[in-house]
Amino acid sequence: MRKGLIAGVVLIALVAVLIWFMRPDDVQTGEAPPPLSAAPQNVIEHGRALVNLADCQPCHTARGGAPFAGGRAIPTPFGVFYSPNITPDPDTGIGAWSAEDFWRALHNGYSRDGRPLYPTFPYTNYTKISRRDALAMFEYLKTVPAVRQPRREHELRFPYDQRMLLVAWRRLFFRPGVYQPDPHQSPEWNRGAYLVQGVAHCSACHEARNALGAIQSSTNPAGGLVLNWYAPALTSSREAGLQHWSEADIVSLLQTGRIGMSAPDEPHAATLGPMAEVVYESLQHADPNELRAMATYLKSLPDVEFSAEPRRMRISSAGLAGTMKRGAKLYADHCARCHGDNGEGKAPAGPPLAGNRAVTMSSAVNPIRIVLYGGYPPGTAGNPRPFGMPPFSPTLTDGEIAAVITYIRRSWNNNAQPVSSTEVARNRTGPLW
Amino acid sequence: MRLNPKRSHARRCAVVFLAAWTVAAAQSPSPPLDSIDQRVQPCMVCHGKEGRATSDGYYPRIAGKPAGYLFNQLINFRNGHRHFPMMTYLVERQSDAYLQEMADYFARQDLPYPPPQALSVPPAVLARGEQLVMEGDASQRIPACRSCHGARLVGVAPAVPSLLGLPRDYLMAQIGAWKNGTRRAAAPDCMAEVAKDLSPADVNAVASWLATQPVPENAKADAEFAEPPPRQCGSIPDHTSTSAP
Ligand code: HEC
Ligand code: HEC
Ligand code: HEC
Ligand code: HEC
Ligand code: HEC
Repeated sequence: MRKGLIAGVVLIALVAVLIWFMRPDDVQTGEAPPPLSAAPQNVIEHGRALVNLADCQPCHTARGGAPFAGGRAIPTPFGVFYSPNITPDPDTGIGAWSAEDFWRALHNGYSRDGRPLYPTFPYTNYTKISRRDALAMFEYLKTVPAVRQPRREHELRFPYDQRMLLVAWRRLFFRPGVYQPDPHQSPEWNRGAYLVQGVAHCSACHEARNALGAIQSSTNPAGGLVLNWYAPALTSSREAGLQHWSEADIVSLLQTGRIGMSAPDEPHAATLGPMAEVVYESLQHADPNELRAMATYLKSLPDVEFSAEPRRMRISSAGLAGTMKRGAKLYADHCARCHGDNGEGKAPAGPPLAGNRAVTMSSAVNPIRIVLYGGYPPGTAGNPRPFGMPPFSPTLTDGEIAAVITYIRRSWNNNAQPVSSTEVARNRTGPLW
Repeated sequence: MRLNPKRSHARRCAVVFLAAWTVAAAQSPSPPLDSIDQRVQPCMVCHGKEGRATSDGYYPRIAGKPAGYLFNQLINFRNGHRHFPMMTYLVERQSDAYLQEMADYFARQDLPYPPPQALSVPPAVLARGEQLVMEGDASQRIPACRSCHGARLVGVAPAVPSLLGLPRDYLMAQIGAWKNGTRRAAAPDCMAEVAKDLSPADVNAVASWLATQPVPENAKADAEFAEPPPRQCGSIPDHTSTSAP
């Protein structure tokens, strides 16, 4: 095991040396495509709006802790990261940093002392932010109350705890460069692309990462596993793709965290888990024009027809029939009162499950987590009293949960793969988010 | 959100009809769909139907507790002053106004209590428990629990909860959480002070005695303190100038 790892590390180092020579230059210049509403004149207000869209605060704030003072745990396959203090405290925060230090962190992923930073801090997206915008963010951060709170060390597994490996990682996977507008596209589109790819870093969650934690490629249609959830692909209308939605519906989802059931032709979606946090902490406070620009860009993404690697379970048709029968009974007893006898939903209290891509997408992780832990969509200004889904982990066994999910994934013309009780059991542990 | 008033009215009628029909069909009546009752359905899984948990498990009863107390607890889960991940997960991204509405809903519930737990506890332990609850122990600097939780121990509105009808395991866990700092109330945290002065044997004694007491007929919290509480409590309004964090 250890030998394999070391061999792997050596290999990465070799490849890195090769790639070193083929590396394109960093692009440090370029202006951000202008926002559709006039940007605030005041540089601090300008920075505040960007910091909000970039979601810096929730990731750099522990539950109940001082804003931006760090200490939040971020679980990953490599171990647990703890965000550092980025308040203007000179000793434990970034109070002693110069604007240039901050730029190097956001754009190049280096700490002030020159150490390479882990890409859990999504500088791989933030690198697209223009220098002018980055410095406005720094000006705003200098105005938040300084808090003395030393950083907590990450708890990472070997070899990921070896920070110097990041030198190789960066050579392989990181291309710094400010966003360069596409002259063939509209200003809205360019603004949207700048926000989605850079500031709001949607791809940091929504694209698959390889075994080394790098986003595989910009055209990779697979979604990504993050924070124990599956972030569905924005490049597939079978997952989270918004290609066929109206711009108004997209803005409404991003702003309120939920859409559907108020008009018959409306698409349905509810945000839960990490996406509920993105809406609650960041998107709901954004200027609607910024969301509109994002919608323009999101609609233009290619709609890739993909079936992620077939996750077929070996299960006999008799076994499946038995599971479906048990699932049907469980559904009638526990779910139908909110989701309808035939998965048609009960407006406004329960969304339809028939034809709902949150149920039918190839990965079963989210339906499993939703049935285990329930949850409310975020309580936003546009949806201040959301209905909630009850948690079933206290009352149903893994086998029962697998059966009822298999049932909803394969009834009413839903046509997704069955779910096993081992898969349910895997999701019983770990942080909830 | 775009609303089509005509359509949604027709739908609502259909829904009401459907609801009425399923009520007739189901063994337990379902609440009307667009109601607070329906919105707190997720809570019932653990806090029992209408928040009336039975006294043999771990889940605390929330029905009929003072609204101010319940609201403070929801905020405490949200900001990390109390820990139970699934509780936190349900309330962490909701507004104060919505959490207040949920707290008011459960405070309004007036439901019969289950019979007290049958526990086999040595009489000496029960006697010690009763002594601490009713009189306290001046030698250990422990005030009588009833001096804050009300003469009948059913709590004092709006912020001091009842001590009756709760499972022993839950009572012990809460006092333990105050001792080790994982449960916190608004400063000055009087319950933390009380808990720190209780020995493990005394925690067991009070929890055992409390869990075996019947709940009086009228279990609504007292409207006010008979005498001022013996210590400053940040969570009791008007009693101290320090407000919740
Ligand atoms: C997904 C969580 C996450 C988000 C979002 C995030 N950060 Fe971080 N940030 C981290 C983590 C984790 C580290 C520590 C990385 C390391 O130790 O290598 C970090 C490191 C940093 C550092 C380096 C601090 C030091 O002492 O070296 C700065 C500066 C920083 N972040 C600023 C920001 C800003 C500004 C934003 C918003 C534009 C932001 N972060 C958004 C998680 C996040
Ligand atoms: C912290 C990780 C994270 C970030 C950042 C993130 N998402 Fe998500 N997103 C998720 C997860 C996990 C889900 C699946 C759960 C759900 O459906 O709410 C999701 C779901 C979605 C959905 C599908 C909702 C549905 O039910 O159909 C859309 C659309 C979406 N995200 C758009 C975005 C956009 C646009 C951004 C950038 C502004 C973004 N996301 C940023 C994690 C993230
Ligand atoms: C008390 C009503 C209620 C009950 C009972 C209930 N649900 Fe839900 N369910 C909801 C609500 C509310 C949502 C949140 C989504 C929303 O706001 O649209 C939800 C969401 C879901 C989702 C995610 C759908 C999406 O669009 O994001 C799945 C899957 C689901 N429920 C399955 C089930 C299953 C399986 C059962 C029975 C074991 C069940 N539910 C029982 C109310 C309920
Ligand atoms: C998964 C089970 C579960 C669900 C669902 C749940 N709770 Fe709880 N709740 C608990 C547990 C366990 C505790 C005690 C936690 C502790 O040890 O402090 C608790 C404590 C509470 C308390 C404090 C009670 C007291 O006497 O101090 C309130 C108030 C509360 N819950 C309200 C709610 C509301 C409102 C909902 C629905 C939005 C809800 N709960 C859903 C398990 C649950
Ligand atoms: C000085 C006033 C005071 C005294 C004396 C006092 N309490 Fe409390 N107690 C409170 C307050 C205030 C709260 C509510 C704290 C909060 O908001 O979380 C509370 C809460 C509790 C709770 C939590 C109930 C629940 O539903 O979670 C328990 C258990 C408890 N007290 C037990 C005791 C016991 C046992 C004693 C006697 C040994 C005692 N208390 C003495 C003021 C007091």
